[in-house]
Amino acid sequence: MKLIRRSVLPGFGLTLGFTITYLSLIVLIPLSGLFIVTSRLTWDEFHHILTNELVRQSFALTFRTSLIAACVNVVFGFIVAWVLVRYRFTGRRIIDAMVDLPFALPTAVSGIALAQIYSEKGWLGQFFSFPIRGTEYGVILALIFIGLPFVIRTLQPSLEEIEVELEEVSASLGASRFQTFCFVIFPMIFPAVITGFAMAFARALGEYGSVLFIGGMIPGKTDIISNVILQKLYEENGHITASVIALAMLVASFAILLVINLVQMWANRRLVKVD
Amino acid sequence: MCRQGEWPVRGYQGKNTEKYLRAEKVNPIPKSVTASDYRTHFRAVKEATTEPFLVRYALITVALLFMAIFLLFPLVCIFYEAFAGGVEMFWKAIADPHALSALKMTLIATVVSLVANVIFGLAAAWCLGKFNFWGKSFLISLIDIPFTISPVIAGLLFVFLFGTQSALGTWLQAHHIRILFALPGVVLATVFVTFPFVVRELIPVMQAQGTEEEQAARVLGARGWHIFWRVTLPNVRWALLYGVILCNARAMGEFGAVVVVAGNSVKTNTLPLHINVLYQGFANPSAPFAVATLLAVMAISTLVVKTIIETKLGQEE
Repeated sequence: MKLIRRSVLPGFGLTLGFTITYLSLIVLIPLSGLFIVTSRLTWDEFHHILTNELVRQSFALTFRTSLIAACVNVVFGFIVAWVLVRYRFTGRRIIDAMVDLPFALPTAVSGIALAQIYSEKGWLGQFFSFPIRGTEYGVILALIFIGLPFVIRTLQPSLEEIEVELEEVSASLGASRFQTFCFVIFPMIFPAVITGFAMAFARALGEYGSVLFIGGMIPGKTDIISNVILQKLYEENGHITASVIALAMLVASFAILLVINLVQMWANRRLVKVD
Repeated sequence: MCRQGEWPVRGYQGKNTEKYLRAEKVNPIPKSVTASDYRTHFRAVKEATTEPFLVRYALITVALLFMAIFLLFPLVCIFYEAFAGGVEMFWKAIADPHALSALKMTLIATVVSLVANVIFGLAAAWCLGKFNFWGKSFLISLIDIPFTISPVIAGLLFVFLFGTQSALGTWLQAHHIRILFALPGVVLATVFVTFPFVVRELIPVMQAQGTEEEQAARVLGARGWHIFWRVTLPNVRWALLYGVILCNARAMGEFGAVVVVAGNSVKTNTLPLHINVLYQGFANPSAPFAVATLLAVMAISTLVVKTIIETKLGQEE
């Protein structure tokens, strides 16, 4: 196996060296710092830290809220992506540009805005008889906000790629519109739906800024994992606990990344592009 | 060719089937296809491949409502609340010395991370986009790591690297070099979090453009830097700009990683941290929103520039 295919372009050695150095300094060395700290622990200590009541509740809360938020994002994000790709209406371009707002807006800014809107007398909070701030609902709403662009931007290219001829064939063979959607269109975009869901889920798991203000980080109710890590850091000798929890979250993030890559590999194998 | 009863609507179950079948009965064997046949055909195809009017508008309404509630309301709320206390309070919050120092910190961290990440981005994209070698996909997945990990964990990594309990930390303390809870730490955390943005935008573009133009330049006698400046860079300028504005938006707004690395000192606050401090305080309820408008304006201009670039890219294709 050739290590590198010979190329006439210059600069390979220089840029490769620079890339590897920069990557090592910025990514690999900090990561290894974490692994070194956690490798000093025994499995028992690991188990003890991870099964602490507060930590367990926080894990359950984080995963639960992220899952619900990602599901809501998939449903509504699908509708928005469909509407943006397939229909023409006034303001379509503005809405298309606005989809990236949660991506561009700093998390602290969106955090205080959401907290203000859903407060007791807020623009939307006043319509609810139960409080939203300081409860899981607030956390879920904030996570829906930040996961939105991931689902929509993943679905849009897939929806644009669908050929109209396939739908015409389906209609001419007698399928109703709903049947066409279920059996022709949806299977083609299903991998993108899964990828979008996984990306929104992964983002929601690690979110801190947006959730801080609307959730209040009440232990047992709205204390998400990012905040638990932060609080443990401030404690005496809490950095060991923080590192263990961080490692667990890293493993979860990498697992989700792996799922995304596997789904994309599967999708590329299924769709044989006939040119 | 078309036989009677076969074209164009066999099996079509739309609303106007009767009309189309009637049209066929009147002209049973079309000797030539007329314009109205085309219109009927196109309308039939259009109706077969899109949803009925009511469904369409219901979907559009749901989508617009969803976007308004989740995106428009927060944006408008920021500007509304910022001026809720009057224009004077707005200026007081922005001209406050703490706010200005936070702005300075944010700008320094952003500029440094932009410069560093553009240099790295161009070098890495050149290496990964124009050459094929063993280990390339491993490097690309390494690049995606800061994208996937939570910002608080990213800050934590630096705390472990430079903190007092690590070997490097004790060496730094002995030499009175402060990285954590000072400007270098904030800058490093920002660089870490934003570094995939430029590369991720450049690599696909460089890969798609291939090496023909650069090879032609080489054949004509150009050296390395000349090829890079005159051939490659102009080709990727829009992707580079795109990556730069994404990197900028993320660098200015980074909260989680900087919270961990900056500690509680007022001196090391960036704008998002300053917003947090103002929000927890009771002095002026519109102050955090006033400072937030600066960042919101930045975000909106990011979106505008992004749309312009996308239009330009669409035109070039």
